[in-house]
Amino acid sequence: MSAVLELRGVSAAYGPFRSLFEVSLTVGAGEAVALLGSNGAGKTTTARVASGLLAPSSGTVWVDGADLSGAPAWRYARAGVAHAPEGRSVFATLSVEDNLRLSFRQSKGRAGVGAALDRAFELFPVLAKRRHQLAGTLSGGEQRMLSMARVMVDAPKLLVADELSLGLAPIVVDQVYDSLQRLREAGTALLIVEQHVPHALALCDRVVLLGHGAVAWHGSASEAPTAIPDKVFHQA
Amino acid sequence: MLLGASAGSDLLRALVQGTPAGTVYALLALGLVLTYKTSGVFNLALGAQAYVSAALYFQARVSWGWPIIPALLVSVFVLAPALGFVLERLVFRHLRSASAVAKLVVTIGLAVALPAIFDLALGFHSIAGQTPVGIIPGGATVFYNPFGVYALSRNELMAVGVAASAMAGLAVLFRYTTVGLHMRAVVESPRMTELNGIRSDRVSSFSWALSSLFAGMAGVLIAPRFNTLAAPDFFNLVVIAIAAAAIGMLVSLPRTFAGGLGLGLLIAVFQTFLPRWSDSLPWLATVRENLTPAMPFVVLFAVLVLWPAIRRSRAASDPLAGVEPPPPAPAATTRSRGLTVATRVFAVVFFTVTGLVVFFRADASWMFLVTQAVILSLIFLSITVITGLAGEISLCQGTFAAIGAFASFQLVTHLGMSVLLAALVGAVIAAVVGAVLSLPVLRLGGIWLSIATLAFAYFFDSVMVKLSWVGGGKQALAEGTRLPRPLLGPFNMNDNRTFLGLSIILLLIVAFAVVRIREGTVGQTLRALRGSELGAQSIGISPARARITAFAISAFIAGIGGALLAIQQQNVNYSSNFSPFASLFWLVLVVSLGSRTVEGAMQAGAAFGLFDAVLLKGAVIGWLLRSPARIPSVFPLSGTWRFVLFGLGALQFARHPEGLVENGKRGATEAVDRWLAARRERSPVVERTTEPETAA
Repeated sequence: MSAVLELRGVSAAYGPFRSLFEVSLTVGAGEAVALLGSNGAGKTTTARVASGLLAPSSGTVWVDGADLSGAPAWRYARAGVAHAPEGRSVFATLSVEDNLRLSFRQSKGRAGVGAALDRAFELFPVLAKRRHQLAGTLSGGEQRMLSMARVMVDAPKLLVADELSLGLAPIVVDQVYDSLQRLREAGTALLIVEQHVPHALALCDRVVLLGHGAVAWHGSASEAPTAIPDKVFHQA
Repeated sequence: MLLGASAGSDLLRALVQGTPAGTVYALLALGLVLTYKTSGVFNLALGAQAYVSAALYFQARVSWGWPIIPALLVSVFVLAPALGFVLERLVFRHLRSASAVAKLVVTIGLAVALPAIFDLALGFHSIAGQTPVGIIPGGATVFYNPFGVYALSRNELMAVGVAASAMAGLAVLFRYTTVGLHMRAVVESPRMTELNGIRSDRVSSFSWALSSLFAGMAGVLIAPRFNTLAAPDFFNLVVIAIAAAAIGMLVSLPRTFAGGLGLGLLIAVFQTFLPRWSDSLPWLATVRENLTPAMPFVVLFAVLVLWPAIRRSRAASDPLAGVEPPPPAPAATTRSRGLTVATRVFAVVFFTVTGLVVFFRADASWMFLVTQAVILSLIFLSITVITGLAGEISLCQGTFAAIGAFASFQLVTHLGMSVLLAALVGAVIAAVVGAVLSLPVLRLGGIWLSIATLAFAYFFDSVMVKLSWVGGGKQALAEGTRLPRPLLGPFNMNDNRTFLGLSIILLLIVAFAVVRIREGTVGQTLRALRGSELGAQSIGISPARARITAFAISAFIAGIGGALLAIQQQNVNYSSNFSPFASLFWLVLVVSLGSRTVEGAMQAGAAFGLFDAVLLKGAVIGWLLRSPARIPSVFPLSGTWRFVLFGLGALQFARHPEGLVENGKRGATEAVDRWLAARRERSPVVERTTEPETAA
């Protein structure tokens, strides 16, 4: 199984504040990896490094066999890494259609935009009704669907999803996880940052547990509940 | 009656007359909005960019005798976009995460440096008394009279046509093209745009090139309206464009266009009707000549203060802004205690020795310059308070200083008050003005507050100074705004040495006060507000009260410094000391050397006061060579170099937003601390070291 994403001894910092210390992890093609850990453990920072938003201060990042360490985020995107950031992940000042168009024009080319839009609206009919509305006026759940629609039509090699379920109604969370499951089946690898552990364990093959900016434990998702006692999990 | 019988046709005439200027303002305003939207840079250098194109066009047509088309192609369609592209690549790309202060300071630096660099490179000199040529044959000689009320020249019609088509083109670009979509996305979040695989850096470069093209076009189109071709005219043009952009809230392109056009029309209407109204309203007569040119500033200020939408406007925040690293803490807070003490001792020794040398050895002209540097340091401490502590960018510190100076002048002249007391009262008046000004502008956030202070500075410059109870009116024009030197007991301040002593004492008092304020409750409060306004409010801090205090203190310091400067020169010398441009210059100087520390202000004072004499006139070289006669003949250097160096200093600031002094200090502090740590590791006995730090 070749790796879609590989972090080798990655350290990262925000200015003088270091938040990752020599983290190594791999995500194989079509594999789903859950990134767990308590607040401040470095999950979001790892996600940002994985999609090129933050350049590592040392160590290397490999996407599909190519060293992209320090490359700008658009190179990661073009190499097939999609990133759904924590919180708002759509352009609030663009319409729903423009949000999708922005991505599809890049991934599908001029000719493919129309078909891609149709596909997105077919997957999420609620978006079709709101296609000319500014994305900032959508509800939190609808905004999440908009970003999922984008990812599902693009079908990237890897989706880095940061706290997708945060602040969403349980029913919407279920929908989001349904979409993730379908993405998996279509062959997209997943790197999922999630605080809701049961959801993540149900979906993923492997677990990487971060604590204080370093990998504290890693192994298969089935071993995780027994290998990571509750107490340790919360201390990590 | 205010309106005569022919008012209808006069109004129409004014409207026709104002349209060409209005469309060109709109064009420039669009350029401003373009860069603000796509890179968050409020580009005050846009006027300089317009000037460069206009000047190159003039040079090519008049001096080199080029035909219209090639001259236009080179100056507008090649030079202007290239300039924008280069600026984005070399400067503004690296400022994306910088603070609003940093961005503004850099553009002010460029506004000063760009024309100077251009003039030096092409040997161009400002043109006066000659009307620049237009971009169409017979532009100034062929007229059309569409409504039978006012004849528009070909140049003017051309301006309207070009501006209108540019606006239409921009609308199509934004609405219907992929590039336009990318631009709109980058406005909101460059990083999120990159997550879609789009090169946001390229989009920014394109926006800057386009904005610069608009500026260049505006420059070439507006030049024939002046009978001069000089950089300051173009800077004023930017202030008008800012007013138009404010009407468009800095984001809406159609409203910006309407704002520019509306301003042009408003100015023309006032030009037509004010003389008539002032016949029946005597108070208008005194300000009549100045009110028309001041119109944009009045409108700008009114829009900012009265339009609630601007207060409420919060730019759609970038959800990924958290990726950027936080700004570093001042070196003083990170260095070891021993080093701090050593630094302070060194600073005291250094300043005492320099002071004594100047005090007892310098001749009259050096004494004058050093005194001026001391007083400017005092004024610059007002920037330390408002920008360094409160984090607000005030662009009217020169105006506060002028208020202090004018108030003392008036009090001494009309009430016969003692000079020093008058200076104190003048400072209090400046503080009151500062507090009152801060009331309406306080609710404005960051960039808007700076714009409002800029508008105030220009308003004061073009209207208030002309009033007799401020600037002295006609009498002052004839006699100058004179102020005597004070007598203080046995000390006669007519003696320059004594006056220098007084200035140094006042500087030390104010410096001490500023340090106390910084460490005290007010400083803590302001620091809390800078950190998080919401957080500060939640622990019971009133942002309004804290900011009013900061404004008042800052204006007080500027006022006392302004009065002192006027006393030193025995004249207010408003236009050479306190013009709005001086305020900009001061701000950039202080901020780029370090606005958070007292030393920064003092170094800026020294740089401002002594730069010409020490560097441009070659005094340092003369001193090194032990004889003024041996100074190489390239000295004195052209004063233009000052502007170039100043601009480069501002660019340096882009790389070290904490200020050059602060950056040097950090480097030195870290090096010394490392050295100390290494020594400690070698020998178990820790030695106290008194290694002085060079950049104290």
